[in-house]
Amino acid sequence: MRGILSFSSYVPYRRLARSAIAEVLGGAPAKGTRSVASYDEDTTTMGMEAARLALDSSPAGHEPDELWFSTATPAYQDKTNATAIHAALRLDSDRPAIDMGGAVRSGVGALRAALDSTRSVLVVTSDMRTGLPSSADESSGGDGAAAILTGSESDGPVLATYLGGASATEEFTDRWRAPGDVRSKVWEERFGETAYLPLGERAWNDALKASTITAEQVDRIVVTGTHARAVRSLAGRLGTAKEALVDDLSTTVGNTGTAHPGLLLASALEGARPGQVIALVVLADGADVLVFRAGDALSSFTPARPVAAQVEAGASIPYAKFLSWRGLLPVEPPRRPEPERTSSSAAARSEEWKFAFVGSRDRSSGAIHLPPARISMKGDAVDDMEPVPMADVPATVVTFTVDRLVYSPSPPVVFAVLDFDGGGRFASELTDVDAEDLSIGDRVEMTFRRLSTADGIHNYFWKARPIRIPRS
Amino acid sequence: MASHGIKDKVAIVGMGCTPFREHWNKSTDDMLVDAAQETFASAGMEKADVDAYWLGTAMSGNSGIALARPLKLHDKPVTHVENFCATGSEALRGAAYAVAAGGYDVAMAIGVEKVKDGGYQGLSGAGKAPTDGTGRSLTAAAMFSLVAPAYAKKYGVDEAELKDVLARIAWKNHHNGARNSRAQFRREVAQDVICNMPRVAGPLGVYDCAGVADGAAAAIVVRAEDAHRYTDRPIYVKALSLVAGTGSGVIDPEYDFTHFPEVERCAADAYKQAGVTDPRRQLAMAEVHDCFTPTELVLMEDLGFAERGTAWKEELAGSFDLDGDLPVNPDGGLKSFGHPVGASGLRMMFECWLQLRGEAPDDRRVASAADRGLALTHNLGGYPGEMVSFVGVVGSQPG
Repeated sequence: MRGILSFSSYVPYRRLARSAIAEVLGGAPAKGTRSVASYDEDTTTMGMEAARLALDSSPAGHEPDELWFSTATPAYQDKTNATAIHAALRLDSDRPAIDMGGAVRSGVGALRAALDSTRSVLVVTSDMRTGLPSSADESSGGDGAAAILTGSESDGPVLATYLGGASATEEFTDRWRAPGDVRSKVWEERFGETAYLPLGERAWNDALKASTITAEQVDRIVVTGTHARAVRSLAGRLGTAKEALVDDLSTTVGNTGTAHPGLLLASALEGARPGQVIALVVLADGADVLVFRAGDALSSFTPARPVAAQVEAGASIPYAKFLSWRGLLPVEPPRRPEPERTSSSAAARSEEWKFAFVGSRDRSSGAIHLPPARISMKGDAVDDMEPVPMADVPATVVTFTVDRLVYSPSPPVVFAVLDFDGGGRFASELTDVDAEDLSIGDRVEMTFRRLSTADGIHNYFWKARPIRIPRS
Repeated sequence: MASHGIKDKVAIVGMGCTPFREHWNKSTDDMLVDAAQETFASAGMEKADVDAYWLGTAMSGNSGIALARPLKLHDKPVTHVENFCATGSEALRGAAYAVAAGGYDVAMAIGVEKVKDGGYQGLSGAGKAPTDGTGRSLTAAAMFSLVAPAYAKKYGVDEAELKDVLARIAWKNHHNGARNSRAQFRREVAQDVICNMPRVAGPLGVYDCAGVADGAAAAIVVRAEDAHRYTDRPIYVKALSLVAGTGSGVIDPEYDFTHFPEVERCAADAYKQAGVTDPRRQLAMAEVHDCFTPTELVLMEDLGFAERGTAWKEELAGSFDLDGDLPVNPDGGLKSFGHPVGASGLRMMFECWLQLRGEAPDDRRVASAADRGLALTHNLGGYPGEMVSFVGVVGSQPG
């Protein structure tokens, strides 16, 4: 039986209060918050954070056969984005890393294809939702990622068995965005609703048939999509119990587009008990429905970082800063030289260090070198080092400073000297932090971020951030 | 393996130093010509009399041509050296060792930096080689700011007290620089003004940082026995020591940011070369690398001028003032001069040249220069935990 072996979500730290938009631009203040990717995050780095958490809690030692990455907001076009995640996870080079992106529907599409595959697949979905200031998309959108590891019992205990699914597809133009545009445009709302509802109902009925389940047997149902009105309307017509409907996180996180089905599925699974039936219904250029039954293994599964805990841990960001991070409010940069583009050949040489934060340990003295070195700083042993992966090792702040001069997309830069548990020191930029809250002795963890972009080349590397939710 | 040194084998017989300024109307070439001409005149020489040249510059030119072209040197060897902020000192080391080795009779070390044409405040480190993008991009101010809290914590100095100590260092150097016509900043600055400036990095305010300036300085070295052919007051090279660190401080949890091991080792080597056993009492003065105020504080201990954990008290007590036990940065230091990287080391040496020859003006003359007869220059480049250090000792008398 195939199904889900592991799952995780990633909700970035910052939250924009929707009322802050009305304070600046007028209009009726909307309720709740939306999640905001930091200035140093993109869909690749958020996807990586979700992916590492999913592998963290997956059956020991299982390495997925394939990595599929799906987003409607790729950091690169032409160049595959999944390869950076592949490198950061240290997957073997014989495992393909493929982008299956472009449209919002590609997220649920990738998940469905993975469930139908014969190999174990880590499906990573990630999205950043933007609209022009004051738009509904800006307010109701969200940023986030989810990763779902699919496979069969031979790969490890199946947490939720895939019972079956169905799709309904039609060509109609409801929501569209020209490549490079920051905003989507939408057609008249009633038309979309009229188009979506029959598709949703057809896919729903077909999926119940395929999985031999009745609507009353569904214990938890996720209904999501890019057309809020159609989603609301469809959810009331499916015949499931009212309490089965899973919170769509619209008041806290917002709709994370491509990532949202995975994010909500993770949330649904975290609240499910063995034996329960979970249905996922997604409206995006058609309708997709997937039905699962939670297995016994779910009761002993501990998510590395539960969705609810991540939602809870957010901190606010002013609207102007949100706009500047999005490039919608260009602000004066520090008067320092901008970063130069990263050398492709140098980056390729140091792939293990740059993407996976792997240092080296001197076999004779045990001294850890970050970055890796060939000759030891202790005892001068030559070429007697072993790789030491440090991305998941927590560290303590030894000392820190705030650099108000150096170039940064979001100054000032908070920078700290970190000593890692078990040895190793690295001086690192900090992220997701307010300088006034930082102290010597604080505990931090490493996170994969985008340091800068020059000539269109993204400079991915690791930064430290305060540990707010312990990883289980 | 040993650092034998070249004590009393060579002497400096001529020096020159341009004013350090925002030289909007002077090019790198102009400053090289100015410094060189002043130095030739100081030694009573012409360019043809110099057998070989060492040019120090970190970002204003490459190869020997950067000097040979503006000076129109005909068929001379010119070596370009770069060693971060110790670049000027490195040029002197190259020239002095070449003469001591017998390779040349007369050599010139010249250092220059044109910083202000970069269009930015501070040293921007332009022209770096392409990398994998994982290196630190922090400013020097931020890296050196890490020293202040670490020092305060280790020695139980509270934050406000430390701020006073750092302000005292800045005040002292501005006091001295105000008496130096070549300095860029020639105003004394009150300590409370220094304390109240906006912070730029960690606890450091604007006045905790060295200035930025363009400038050039040069020296001519000859064999010690030939020195009196050019001047009756040569200064003798006692020690030129350089240590390039392994960079382990930034990756080794044992490093605590309260001292600079490269400087300690470099000073020990220099004192051994020079036969100095009690620097605090044997030296008449020291020019040290006050790139940021906490740097000078720690250097007082690394160079052996104060016991560990006591330099902050000594600073407050005025031990390193112009009229103190051991005047430090009597010319005003990097604080007053700014820091044209390739020139700073030779600018420091120029102050030793003036003081040991009794040519410093009365209002900043070091009282013990004649008696003690020894002066020290110190440069460092890089960051705490990852630096090069230079220590030089010169004296007015051989032996």
